Amino acid sequence: MTATAQTAPLQTDFEEQRHSLIARVAHWCQAMAVIIMIGSGWRIYDNVPIFPFEFPYWITLGGDKYLATTTSNDWGTGNAIAWHFAGMWLLLFGVGLFVSNGLLTGHFRRDFLPLTPRSFLRDFIAAATFRLGHKLGEYNAVQRTFYWGVMFALLMMFLSGLAIWKPVQLGWLTWVFGGFPVARVVHFLFMSAIVLFILIHVTLVALVPKTFVAMTLGRATAVPHK
Amino acid sequence: MTRIGIEPALRHVVERRALLRGGLSLGALTMLTGCDISDTNAVQSALHAVSAWNDCVQAWLFSERRLAKEYAPSDVAKEFRYNAYYPVKDVTVLDAATYRLGLAGRIADKQPWTVDKLLALPRQIQRTRHVCVEGWSYVGQWSGVPLGDFLARIGADTRAKYVGFECADGYYEGIDMATALHPQTILAVTAGDAVLPARFGFPLKIRIPTKLGFKNPKWVTAIYVTDTRPRGFWSDRGYNWFSGV
Repeated sequence: MTATAQTAPLQTDFEEQRHSLIARVAHWCQAMAVIIMIGSGWRIYDNVPIFPFEFPYWITLGGDKYLATTTSNDWGTGNAIAWHFAGMWLLLFGVGLFVSNGLLTGHFRRDFLPLTPRSFLRDFIAAATFRLGHKLGEYNAVQRTFYWGVMFALLMMFLSGLAIWKPVQLGWLTWVFGGFPVARVVHFLFMSAIVLFILIHVTLVALVPKTFVAMTLGRATAVPHK
Repeated sequence: MTRIGIEPALRHVVERRALLRGGLSLGALTMLTGCDISDTNAVQSALHAVSAWNDCVQAWLFSERRLAKEYAPSDVAKEFRYNAYYPVKDVTVLDAATYRLGLAGRIADKQPWTVDKLLALPRQIQRTRHVCVEGWSYVGQWSGVPLGDFLARIGADTRAKYVGFECADGYYEGIDMATALHPQTILAVTAGDAVLPARFGFPLKIRIPTKLGFKNPKWVTAIYVTDTRPRGFWSDRGYNWFSGV
Protein backbone atom coordinates (compact mmCIF):
# COMPACT_ATOMS: atom_id res chain seq x y z
CA MET A 1 0.00 0.00 0.00
CA THR A 2 2.63 2.46 1.03
CA ALA A 3 4.71 1.45 -1.97
CA THR A 4 2.03 2.42 -4.51
CA ALA A 5 1.50 5.73 -2.81
CA GLN A 6 5.17 6.43 -3.09
CA THR A 7 5.51 5.45 -6.77
CA ALA A 8 2.46 7.51 -7.85
CA PRO A 9 2.42 10.67 -5.78
CA LEU A 10 -0.88 12.55 -5.82
CA GLN A 11 -0.68 15.68 -7.82
CA THR A 12 -2.07 18.33 -5.52
CA ASP A 13 -1.21 21.50 -7.37
CA PHE A 14 -3.47 21.14 -10.44
CA GLU A 15 -5.76 24.03 -11.26
CA GLU A 16 -9.47 23.50 -10.90
CA GLN A 17 -12.51 25.53 -11.83
CA ARG A 18 -15.91 24.63 -10.40
CA HIS A 19 -19.30 26.22 -11.04
CA SER A 20 -22.33 25.12 -9.02
CA LEU A 21 -25.47 24.08 -10.89
CA ILE A 22 -27.23 27.27 -9.75
CA ALA A 23 -24.37 29.43 -11.04
CA ARG A 24 -24.42 27.65 -14.40
CA VAL A 25 -28.20 27.94 -14.80
CA ALA A 26 -27.94 31.63 -13.88
CA HIS A 27 -25.09 32.18 -16.36
CA TRP A 28 -26.81 30.56 -19.33
CA CYS A 29 -30.19 32.16 -18.59
CA GLN A 30 -28.50 35.54 -18.56
CA ALA A 31 -26.52 34.75 -21.70
CA MET A 32 -29.64 33.68 -23.59
CA ALA A 33 -31.69 36.61 -22.30
CA VAL A 34 -28.99 39.15 -23.21
CA ILE A 35 -28.74 37.74 -26.74
CA ILE A 36 -32.54 37.87 -27.12
CA MET A 37 -32.74 41.42 -25.76
CA ILE A 38 -29.86 42.74 -27.86
CA GLY A 39 -31.09 41.06 -31.05
CA SER A 40 -34.64 42.33 -30.63
CA GLY A 41 -33.39 45.69 -29.36
CA TRP A 42 -31.45 46.15 -32.60
CA ARG A 43 -34.61 45.46 -34.61
CA ILE A 44 -36.52 48.03 -32.53
CA TYR A 45 -33.65 50.51 -32.96
CA ASP A 46 -33.65 50.01 -36.74
CA ASN A 47 -37.28 51.16 -36.96
CA VAL A 48 -36.26 54.68 -35.88
CA PRO A 49 -32.45 54.82 -35.57
CA ILE A 50 -30.96 57.25 -33.04
CA PHE A 51 -27.62 57.51 -34.86
CA PRO A 52 -26.94 57.58 -38.61
CA PHE A 53 -26.56 53.80 -38.95
CA GLU A 54 -28.70 50.66 -38.82
CA PHE A 55 -27.96 47.13 -37.69
CA PRO A 56 -27.95 44.64 -40.56
CA TYR A 57 -31.31 42.89 -40.76
CA TRP A 58 -29.85 39.37 -40.61
CA ILE A 59 -28.38 39.96 -37.16
CA THR A 60 -31.62 41.27 -35.62
CA LEU A 61 -34.38 39.24 -33.96
CA GLY A 62 -38.12 39.64 -34.58
CA GLY A 63 -39.31 37.33 -37.31
CA ASP A 64 -39.54 37.84 -41.04
CA LYS A 65 -40.02 41.57 -41.50
CA TYR A 66 -40.99 41.27 -45.16
CA LEU A 67 -43.76 38.88 -44.18
CA ALA A 68 -44.83 41.27 -41.41
CA THR A 69 -44.77 44.20 -43.85
CA THR A 70 -46.96 42.29 -46.27
CA THR A 71 -49.50 41.00 -43.75
CA SER A 72 -49.55 43.80 -41.19
CA ASN A 73 -47.87 46.86 -42.70
CA ASP A 74 -45.41 46.45 -39.84
CA TRP A 75 -41.61 46.30 -40.12
CA GLY A 76 -41.30 43.40 -37.71
CA THR A 77 -41.10 45.74 -34.74
CA GLY A 78 -44.14 44.22 -33.00
CA ASN A 79 -42.55 40.80 -32.91
CA ALA A 80 -39.21 42.25 -31.77
CA ILE A 81 -40.94 44.05 -28.89
CA ALA A 82 -42.65 40.79 -27.87
CA TRP A 83 -39.22 39.12 -27.80
CA HIS A 84 -37.71 42.04 -25.89
CA PHE A 85 -40.28 41.97 -23.11
CA ALA A 86 -40.16 38.17 -22.88
CA GLY A 87 -36.36 38.26 -22.68
CA MET A 88 -36.75 40.79 -19.85
CA TRP A 89 -38.30 38.14 -17.57
CA LEU A 90 -35.65 35.56 -18.41
CA LEU A 91 -32.96 38.14 -17.64
CA LEU A 92 -34.66 39.12 -14.39
CA PHE A 93 -34.74 35.44 -13.40
CA GLY A 94 -31.10 34.88 -14.36
CA VAL A 95 -29.81 38.02 -12.66
CA GLY A 96 -31.91 37.30 -9.55
CA LEU A 97 -30.46 33.80 -9.32
CA PHE A 98 -26.91 35.02 -10.02
CA VAL A 99 -26.98 37.85 -7.47
CA SER A 100 -28.71 35.92 -4.66
CA ASN A 101 -26.42 32.94 -5.22
CA GLY A 102 -23.35 35.18 -5.44
CA LEU A 103 -24.19 36.94 -2.19
CA LEU A 104 -25.41 33.93 -0.20
CA THR A 105 -22.62 31.52 -1.09
CA GLY A 106 -19.87 34.14 -0.83
CA HIS A 107 -19.03 33.64 -4.56
CA PHE A 108 -18.86 37.40 -5.16
CA ARG A 109 -16.69 38.03 -2.11
CA ARG A 110 -14.46 35.03 -2.74
CA ASP A 111 -13.93 35.31 -6.49
CA PHE A 112 -14.53 38.96 -7.44
CA LEU A 113 -12.84 40.58 -4.42
CA PRO A 114 -10.49 42.04 -3.35
CA LEU A 115 -10.08 44.48 -6.16
CA THR A 116 -7.94 47.60 -5.88
CA PRO A 117 -6.81 50.20 -8.41
CA ARG A 118 -3.25 48.99 -7.78
CA SER A 119 -4.03 45.33 -8.54
CA PHE A 120 -6.02 46.39 -11.61
CA LEU A 121 -3.14 48.49 -12.90
CA ARG A 122 -0.63 45.70 -12.24
CA ASP A 123 -2.68 43.05 -14.08
CA PHE A 124 -3.70 45.46 -16.81
CA ILE A 125 -0.08 46.30 -17.65
CA ALA A 126 0.78 42.58 -17.53
CA ALA A 127 -2.12 41.79 -19.87
CA ALA A 128 -1.24 44.61 -22.27
CA THR A 129 2.32 43.28 -22.54
CA PHE A 130 1.13 39.65 -22.84
CA ARG A 131 2.75 38.66 -19.56
CA LEU A 132 -0.44 37.97 -17.60
CA GLY A 133 -0.70 34.27 -16.83
CA HIS A 134 -4.07 32.59 -16.56
CA LYS A 135 -4.85 30.28 -13.68
CA LEU A 136 -7.99 28.22 -14.15
CA GLY A 137 -10.47 28.90 -11.36
CA GLU A 138 -9.01 32.26 -10.39
CA TYR A 139 -9.93 35.65 -11.79
CA ASN A 140 -7.24 38.28 -12.13
CA ALA A 141 -7.92 41.93 -11.33
CA VAL A 142 -8.73 42.82 -14.97
CA GLN A 143 -11.30 40.02 -15.14
CA ARG A 144 -12.78 41.06 -11.80
CA THR A 145 -13.09 44.62 -13.06
CA PHE A 146 -14.85 43.36 -16.18
CA TYR A 147 -17.34 41.28 -14.20
CA TRP A 148 -18.20 44.19 -11.91
CA GLY A 149 -18.39 46.40 -14.98
CA VAL A 150 -20.84 44.17 -16.83
CA MET A 151 -22.95 43.84 -13.69
CA PHE A 152 -23.08 47.64 -13.48
CA ALA A 153 -23.95 47.85 -17.19
CA LEU A 154 -26.78 45.33 -16.70
CA LEU A 155 -28.09 47.38 -13.78
CA MET A 156 -28.00 50.56 -15.87
CA MET A 157 -29.67 48.73 -18.77
CA PHE A 158 -32.43 47.60 -16.43
CA LEU A 159 -32.97 51.08 -14.96
CA SER A 160 -32.80 52.99 -18.27
CA GLY A 161 -35.06 50.32 -19.79
CA LEU A 162 -37.64 50.90 -17.07
CA ALA A 163 -37.34 54.64 -17.68
CA ILE A 164 -38.17 54.15 -21.38
CA TRP A 165 -40.90 51.58 -20.73
CA LYS A 166 -42.74 53.62 -18.07
CA PRO A 167 -41.93 57.33 -18.49
CA VAL A 168 -45.18 58.25 -16.70
CA GLN A 169 -45.62 55.54 -14.03
CA LEU A 170 -41.88 55.70 -13.22
CA GLY A 171 -41.54 59.37 -14.23
CA TRP A 172 -38.99 60.06 -11.46
CA LEU A 173 -36.66 57.44 -12.95
CA THR A 174 -37.03 58.94 -16.44
CA TRP A 175 -36.23 62.32 -14.88
CA VAL A 176 -33.06 60.89 -13.27
CA PHE A 177 -31.92 59.77 -16.75
CA GLY A 178 -32.54 63.24 -18.16
CA GLY A 179 -35.92 62.61 -19.79
CA PHE A 180 -37.27 60.11 -22.30
CA PRO A 181 -35.09 60.92 -25.36
CA VAL A 182 -31.88 60.91 -23.27
CA ALA A 183 -32.84 57.66 -21.50
CA ARG A 184 -33.06 56.02 -24.94
CA VAL A 185 -29.46 57.06 -25.69
CA VAL A 186 -28.29 55.84 -22.26
CA HIS A 187 -30.00 52.50 -22.96
CA PHE A 188 -28.13 52.33 -26.27
CA LEU A 189 -24.74 53.20 -24.75
CA PHE A 190 -24.88 50.53 -22.04
CA MET A 191 -26.02 48.02 -24.67
CA SER A 192 -22.80 48.87 -26.53
CA ALA A 193 -20.80 48.32 -23.33
CA ILE A 194 -22.39 44.87 -22.90
CA VAL A 195 -21.68 43.98 -26.53
CA LEU A 196 -18.04 44.96 -25.97
CA PHE A 197 -17.95 42.78 -22.87
CA ILE A 198 -19.43 39.81 -24.77
CA LEU A 199 -16.84 40.16 -27.56
CA ILE A 200 -13.92 40.16 -25.10
CA HIS A 201 -15.49 37.47 -22.90
CA VAL A 202 -16.12 35.09 -25.81
CA THR A 203 -12.63 35.72 -27.25
CA LEU A 204 -11.01 34.83 -23.91
CA VAL A 205 -13.19 31.73 -23.58
CA ALA A 206 -12.05 30.68 -27.05
CA LEU A 207 -8.42 31.10 -25.90
CA VAL A 208 -9.02 29.02 -22.74
CA PRO A 209 -11.77 26.57 -23.78
CA LYS A 210 -11.67 24.77 -20.43
CA THR A 211 -13.56 27.71 -18.90
CA PHE A 212 -16.42 26.81 -21.24
CA VAL A 213 -16.26 23.18 -20.07
CA ALA A 214 -16.44 24.35 -16.45
CA MET A 215 -19.38 26.71 -17.11
CA THR A 216 -21.29 23.95 -18.91
CA LEU A 217 -20.40 20.69 -17.10
CA GLY A 218 -19.52 22.23 -13.73
CA ARG A 219 -15.84 21.33 -13.45
CA ALA A 220 -12.60 21.53 -15.37
CA THR A 221 -8.99 20.94 -14.38
CA ALA A 222 -5.66 21.89 -15.86
CA VAL A 223 -2.04 21.22 -15.12
CA PRO A 224 -0.45 24.53 -14.25
CA HIS A 225 1.80 25.92 -16.91
CA LYS A 226 4.81 27.51 -15.34
CA MET B 1 -45.18 50.22 -37.92
CA THR B 2 -45.49 52.31 -41.02
CA ARG B 3 -42.71 54.57 -42.12
CA ILE B 4 -44.29 57.78 -43.16
CA GLY B 5 -42.32 60.09 -45.36
CA ILE B 6 -41.37 57.57 -48.04
CA GLU B 7 -43.82 57.71 -50.92
CA PRO B 8 -45.43 54.32 -51.64
CA ALA B 9 -43.82 53.93 -55.05
CA LEU B 10 -40.37 54.80 -53.75
CA ARG B 11 -40.93 52.68 -50.69
CA HIS B 12 -41.67 49.72 -52.90
CA VAL B 13 -38.31 50.13 -54.60
CA VAL B 14 -36.51 50.57 -51.30
CA GLU B 15 -38.15 47.45 -49.91
CA ARG B 16 -37.39 45.42 -53.01
CA ARG B 17 -33.75 46.40 -52.85
CA ALA B 18 -33.65 45.48 -49.18
CA LEU B 19 -35.35 42.20 -50.03
CA LEU B 20 -32.70 41.35 -52.59
CA ARG B 21 -29.98 42.13 -50.11
CA GLY B 22 -31.71 40.46 -47.16
CA GLY B 23 -32.85 37.48 -49.19
CA LEU B 24 -29.30 36.18 -49.23
CA SER B 25 -29.16 35.91 -45.47
CA LEU B 26 -32.58 35.93 -43.85
CA GLY B 27 -31.35 35.97 -40.29
CA ALA B 28 -28.60 34.05 -38.58
CA LEU B 29 -31.18 31.66 -37.17
CA THR B 30 -32.65 31.07 -40.59
CA MET B 31 -29.27 30.04 -41.89
CA LEU B 32 -28.70 27.64 -39.03
CA THR B 33 -32.09 26.00 -38.84
CA GLY B 34 -33.61 26.53 -42.25
CA CYS B 35 -36.63 28.21 -40.71
CA ASP B 36 -37.15 31.41 -38.80
CA ILE B 37 -37.96 30.37 -35.24
CA SER B 38 -39.62 33.68 -34.60
CA ASP B 39 -42.51 32.85 -36.92
CA THR B 40 -43.32 29.35 -35.71
CA ASN B 41 -46.61 28.85 -33.91
CA ALA B 42 -45.08 27.54 -30.69
CA VAL B 43 -42.83 30.58 -30.32
CA GLN B 44 -45.65 32.95 -31.25
CA SER B 45 -47.98 31.40 -28.63
CA ALA B 46 -45.27 31.65 -25.98
CA LEU B 47 -44.64 35.30 -26.86
CA HIS B 48 -48.39 35.99 -26.76
CA ALA B 49 -48.66 34.39 -23.32
CA VAL B 50 -45.83 36.56 -21.98
CA SER B 51 -47.43 39.63 -23.59
CA ALA B 52 -50.72 38.82 -21.79
CA TRP B 53 -48.80 38.51 -18.53
CA ASN B 54 -47.16 41.88 -19.28
CA ASP B 55 -50.68 43.35 -19.66
CA CYS B 56 -51.39 42.30 -16.05
CA VAL B 57 -48.09 43.68 -14.77
CA GLN B 58 -48.69 47.02 -16.50
CA ALA B 59 -52.26 47.28 -15.18
CA TRP B 60 -50.83 46.67 -11.71
CA LEU B 61 -48.14 49.37 -12.22
CA PHE B 62 -50.73 51.87 -13.45
CA SER B 63 -52.03 54.45 -11.00
CA GLU B 64 -55.10 56.61 -11.70
CA ARG B 65 -53.55 59.37 -9.61
CA ARG B 66 -50.10 59.45 -11.23
CA LEU B 67 -50.03 62.23 -13.79
CA ALA B 68 -48.00 62.53 -16.97
CA LYS B 69 -45.57 65.45 -16.84
CA GLU B 70 -47.09 68.71 -18.12
CA TYR B 71 -44.79 70.90 -20.22
CA ALA B 72 -44.50 74.65 -20.76
CA PRO B 73 -45.96 76.23 -23.94
CA SER B 74 -42.38 76.80 -25.19
CA ASP B 75 -41.69 73.03 -25.04
CA VAL B 76 -44.45 72.22 -27.53
CA ALA B 77 -43.12 70.98 -30.88
CA LYS B 78 -43.61 73.45 -33.73
CA GLU B 79 -44.70 70.71 -36.11
CA PHE B 80 -46.49 67.60 -34.87
CA ARG B 81 -45.50 64.37 -36.51
CA TYR B 82 -48.11 62.83 -38.78
CA ASN B 83 -48.54 59.12 -38.17
CA ALA B 84 -51.04 56.53 -39.33
CA TYR B 85 -50.88 53.20 -41.11
CA TYR B 86 -51.05 54.99 -44.49
CA PRO B 87 -49.40 58.09 -45.98
CA VAL B 88 -50.68 61.59 -45.29
CA LYS B 89 -52.14 61.99 -48.79
CA ASP B 90 -54.68 59.24 -47.98
CA VAL B 91 -55.93 61.00 -44.84
CA THR B 92 -59.61 60.69 -44.06
CA VAL B 93 -61.28 64.09 -44.33
CA LEU B 94 -64.51 64.05 -42.38
CA ASP B 95 -67.36 66.50 -43.05
CA ALA B 96 -68.31 68.40 -39.90
CA ALA B 97 -71.91 68.69 -41.13
CA THR B 98 -72.51 64.97 -41.48
CA TYR B 99 -70.14 63.66 -38.79
CA ARG B 100 -71.74 61.84 -35.87
CA LEU B 101 -70.06 60.26 -32.86
CA GLY B 102 -71.95 57.02 -32.19
CA LEU B 103 -72.26 55.54 -28.71
CA ALA B 104 -72.84 51.89 -27.88
CA GLY B 105 -72.61 49.29 -25.14
CA ARG B 106 -73.26 50.02 -21.47
CA ILE B 107 -74.23 53.65 -21.96
CA ALA B 108 -77.61 55.12 -20.86
CA ASP B 109 -77.84 58.00 -23.37
CA LYS B 110 -76.74 56.64 -26.74
CA GLN B 111 -77.79 59.71 -28.74
CA PRO B 112 -75.09 60.49 -31.36
CA TRP B 113 -72.97 63.61 -30.91
CA THR B 114 -72.34 66.30 -33.52
CA VAL B 115 -69.09 68.29 -33.93
CA ASP B 116 -70.78 71.43 -32.52
CA LYS B 117 -71.90 69.58 -29.42
CA LEU B 118 -68.41 68.13 -28.90
CA LEU B 119 -66.80 71.58 -29.34
CA ALA B 120 -69.26 73.07 -26.83
CA LEU B 121 -68.04 70.79 -24.00
CA PRO B 122 -65.81 72.33 -21.30
CA ARG B 123 -62.19 71.77 -22.36
CA GLN B 124 -59.03 71.05 -20.47
CA ILE B 125 -55.66 71.91 -22.04
CA GLN B 126 -52.74 69.54 -21.77
CA ARG B 127 -49.15 69.74 -22.96
CA THR B 128 -47.74 66.23 -22.68
CA ARG B 129 -45.25 63.95 -24.36
CA HIS B 130 -46.57 61.68 -27.08
CA VAL B 131 -44.39 58.54 -26.93
CA CYS B 132 -44.43 56.23 -29.94
CA VAL B 133 -43.78 52.50 -29.61
CA GLU B 134 -41.07 52.99 -32.25
CA GLY B 135 -39.11 55.18 -29.86
CA TRP B 136 -39.69 58.70 -31.22
CA SER B 137 -41.58 61.24 -29.14
CA TYR B 138 -42.62 64.87 -29.12
CA VAL B 139 -44.42 67.28 -26.81
CA GLY B 140 -47.82 68.29 -28.10
CA GLN B 141 -50.71 70.42 -26.92
CA TRP B 142 -54.29 69.22 -27.02
CA SER B 143 -57.56 70.22 -25.39
CA GLY B 144 -60.86 68.52 -24.77
CA VAL B 145 -63.25 67.23 -22.18
CA PRO B 146 -61.88 64.49 -19.86
CA LEU B 147 -63.21 61.12 -21.03
CA GLY B 148 -64.29 60.38 -17.42
CA ASP B 149 -66.52 63.50 -17.40
CA PHE B 150 -67.92 62.57 -20.80
CA LEU B 151 -68.71 59.01 -19.67
CA ALA B 152 -70.53 60.44 -16.63
CA ARG B 153 -72.47 62.84 -18.86
CA ILE B 154 -73.72 60.06 -21.16
CA GLY B 155 -74.54 57.76 -18.27
CA ALA B 156 -71.90 55.13 -19.01
CA ASP B 157 -71.54 52.25 -16.60
CA THR B 158 -67.99 52.86 -15.35
CA ARG B 159 -68.03 49.53 -13.51
CA ALA B 160 -67.52 47.98 -16.95
CA LYS B 161 -63.96 46.92 -17.69
CA TYR B 162 -63.20 48.60 -21.00
CA VAL B 163 -63.87 51.50 -23.34
CA GLY B 164 -63.48 50.87 -27.07
CA PHE B 165 -63.10 53.22 -30.05
CA GLU B 166 -63.89 52.80 -33.74
CA CYS B 167 -62.47 55.18 -36.33
CA ALA B 168 -63.47 56.46 -39.76
CA ASP B 169 -60.25 55.14 -41.36
CA GLY B 170 -60.82 51.55 -40.25
CA TYR B 171 -58.60 51.93 -37.21
CA TYR B 172 -59.82 50.70 -33.84
CA GLU B 173 -58.52 50.70 -30.29
CA GLY B 174 -59.59 50.04 -26.72
CA ILE B 175 -58.41 50.83 -23.22
CA ASP B 176 -58.99 49.64 -19.66
CA MET B 177 -61.54 51.58 -17.58
CA ALA B 178 -58.86 52.75 -15.10
CA THR B 179 -57.07 54.55 -17.95
CA ALA B 180 -60.38 55.85 -19.35
CA LEU B 181 -61.08 57.52 -16.00
CA HIS B 182 -57.54 58.94 -15.65
CA PRO B 183 -57.80 62.74 -15.32
CA GLN B 184 -55.50 63.34 -18.34
CA THR B 185 -57.42 61.09 -20.74
CA ILE B 186 -59.34 63.57 -22.90
CA LEU B 187 -61.54 63.72 -25.98
CA ALA B 188 -59.19 66.03 -27.86
CA VAL B 189 -60.85 68.44 -30.30
CA THR B 190 -57.90 70.83 -30.69
CA ALA B 191 -54.21 70.37 -31.46
CA GLY B 192 -51.82 73.24 -30.84
CA ASP B 193 -53.99 76.35 -30.80
CA ALA B 194 -56.44 75.27 -33.52
CA VAL B 195 -59.27 72.84 -34.10
CA LEU B 196 -57.83 69.38 -34.91
CA PRO B 197 -56.66 69.48 -38.53
CA ALA B 198 -57.72 66.57 -40.77
CA ARG B 199 -54.28 64.93 -40.63
CA PHE B 200 -54.38 64.80 -36.82
CA GLY B 201 -57.85 63.26 -36.52
CA PHE B 202 -60.58 65.88 -37.13
CA PRO B 203 -62.93 66.07 -35.41
CA LEU B 204 -62.02 63.76 -32.55
CA LYS B 205 -58.84 62.20 -31.21
CA ILE B 206 -58.59 60.36 -27.90
CA ARG B 207 -55.52 61.77 -26.18
CA ILE B 208 -54.14 59.39 -23.54
CA PRO B 209 -50.72 60.49 -22.23
CA THR B 210 -50.46 57.31 -20.11
CA LYS B 211 -50.53 55.14 -23.24
CA LEU B 212 -48.20 54.68 -26.21
CA GLY B 213 -49.09 56.75 -29.26
CA PHE B 214 -50.86 53.97 -31.17
CA LYS B 215 -53.46 53.74 -28.37
CA ASN B 216 -54.48 57.36 -29.05
CA PRO B 217 -57.01 56.84 -31.88
CA LYS B 218 -57.86 59.62 -34.35
CA TRP B 219 -60.95 60.24 -36.55
CA VAL B 220 -63.00 58.53 -33.82
CA THR B 221 -66.58 57.85 -34.91
CA ALA B 222 -67.82 55.56 -32.12
CA ILE B 223 -67.21 54.98 -28.44
CA TYR B 224 -68.45 51.87 -26.65
CA VAL B 225 -68.37 50.60 -23.08
CA THR B 226 -67.98 46.87 -22.53
CA ASP B 227 -66.74 44.01 -20.36
CA THR B 228 -65.25 42.24 -23.36
CA ARG B 229 -61.73 43.43 -24.12
CA PRO B 230 -61.90 45.58 -27.25
CA ARG B 231 -59.68 44.66 -30.16
CA GLY B 232 -56.79 46.93 -31.07
CA PHE B 233 -55.43 47.62 -34.54
CA TRP B 234 -51.76 47.08 -33.66
CA SER B 235 -52.30 44.51 -30.90
CA ASP B 236 -54.08 42.43 -33.57
CA ARG B 237 -50.76 42.70 -35.42
CA GLY B 238 -48.52 41.45 -32.63
CA TYR B 239 -48.12 44.51 -30.41
CA ASN B 240 -48.78 44.46 -26.67
CA TRP B 241 -52.40 45.29 -25.80
CA PHE B 242 -52.06 47.36 -22.61
CA SER B 243 -49.10 49.42 -23.86
CA GLY B 244 -49.06 51.86 -20.95
CA VAL B 245 -46.19 54.26 -20.39
